[in-house]
Amino acid sequence: MTDLPAAPTPKQLGLVIDLDVCVGCHACAVNCKEWNTGGHPAPLTDVRPYEDDVAGVWLNRIHGFEVGDGAAGRTVHFPKSCLHCADAACVTVCPTGASYKRIEDGIVLVDEDLCIGCKLCSWACPYGAREYDADGGVMKKCTLCIDRIYNDNLPEAERLPACVATCPTSARHFGDFADPDSNVSRLVEERGGYDLMPEQGYRPTNKYLPPRLDTKRFALDDAPAALASAEPAGGFLGWVDRLLSG
Amino acid sequence: MNPAFSVILFTTTSGAGYGLLIWLGLFAPLDFAPRAPLFGFVAVGFSVVLVGVGLLASMFHLGHPERAWRAVSQWRSSWLAREGVAAIASFVPIGLFGLLWVFSGSTALWLVVGWITAVAALITVASTGMIYGTLKPIRQWHNPWVVPIYLLNALMSGYVWFTLFTAAVGRQSAELGFVGLVVVVAALLAKRAYWRSIDAGESLSTPESATGLVGLGTVRLLERPHTEENYLSQEMGYRIARKHAAKLRRLAMVIGYLAPLVLTLLGLAAGGPLGLAAAVLAALNVTVGLLIERWLFFAEATHTVTLYYGARAA
Repeated sequence: MTDLPAAPTPKQLGLVIDLDVCVGCHACAVNCKEWNTGGHPAPLTDVRPYEDDVAGVWLNRIHGFEVGDGAAGRTVHFPKSCLHCADAACVTVCPTGASYKRIEDGIVLVDEDLCIGCKLCSWACPYGAREYDADGGVMKKCTLCIDRIYNDNLPEAERLPACVATCPTSARHFGDFADPDSNVSRLVEERGGYDLMPEQGYRPTNKYLPPRLDTKRFALDDAPAALASAEPAGGFLGWVDRLLSG
Repeated sequence: MNPAFSVILFTTTSGAGYGLLIWLGLFAPLDFAPRAPLFGFVAVGFSVVLVGVGLLASMFHLGHPERAWRAVSQWRSSWLAREGVAAIASFVPIGLFGLLWVFSGSTALWLVVGWITAVAALITVASTGMIYGTLKPIRQWHNPWVVPIYLLNALMSGYVWFTLFTAAVGRQSAELGFVGLVVVVAALLAKRAYWRSIDAGESLSTPESATGLVGLGTVRLLERPHTEENYLSQEMGYRIARKHAAKLRRLAMVIGYLAPLVLTLLGLAAGGPLGLAAAVLAALNVTVGLLIERWLFFAEATHTVTLYYGARAA
């Protein structure tokens, strides 16, 4: 059923995304595409892949923002994928039951065999987490790599979402928000993790960590006075300089 | 939002069909239309065709039309499923109403079934409105005027078609004409109120709340995640120039609401063949006008996700 789980799910699996350390390399998006085009939501179709107007399904997108002005300005790389909301309207609007939220761990999934491709779920998502696969006629979304995190065939250390596993700066963390002592709960506690657009009322599971404001920053005023002088010196080096300048 | 032509066609034609059924169901048993079986067959048959064409058009919007039958299962949570259930369930009273009109002499039963038909049609149209009205990320749809407008547009276009059918057999009723005029005026005022409401409305979210980068200054998009268009930018990022919107609003208002109003008044005053001509013109105008109105309903709607793509407000 597309009713949401009545009680809070015993596990609330999700991601913490650290905007302070994300460098915007897009590796998470690429590894997501790589895993998932052969995984649970396979294929992540690309249309016209070799034309000028290539388009395709990605479950993770990295936006680049500037915030603030002048010396106080900064660039923030902003990865965005499904937030696996507690009040996921994408689930309740689905007329067929294809879109559902798992009672055991809160992961929001699409059963592609039931999906009629009406796109209503994507209209209902303020975060733009769902992308329609025009080729397959069904909706695609982040599965939190459900085929990795519960996969007994993978070594335990690799049972992580592909985006988390590949991030070179550890800007992405995976864990259970229902457990107050989990890695993700502690990060949110320590770093002031927050919800995106709480005013929309979707109660997203994924949390974002803000850029650190007290980071030592390289302002122009603090730069070393000048580079070493290139004026001719005396002595041996001066003699070489005059010789080469001749 | 990108105007989906199949959905626009669906809501305008099925709206007119259900609207006509409401007028027939409520007023034919009260003797405001001929009791003749042929009239009933043509009028109810025409409504069913309008509804059917609309429902078929809506299926062309789907990625998997062959699975459309699944879309009634989640009526407990989904207004789209409720609309499907209401649409299918309403075919029972509609069919019975038509059969009783054509084959039965019992007016009492016909009246009861007629009124049930009207209620079923109203519920179906209201469900369609609720699909849009409950979508929070689109403030131009998540608006208290949306459901009344869907209902009033259906009642208005239904009335215009009802007038056309009754005028064609010289049975146009002045009393009912005034009820119809009230409906057209109400639809016109509701649409104006809706436009004022969305023009005055403010974006619930901002680029700052969308990114959570609050208190650091203005958030500006530096680079999009992708160099080409994607599903989100095509489906949700559709934009209409303000000057075109203003022009189209005037067109919709004149063709969709004012023309039917004036033509209905003229028809009521003239009666006879002139009245029929006015009714034909009114039906043409209301159809084209509501297609423009419904196109604008999509084109003027902005989705919250555009905040991630450089929009300051949505």
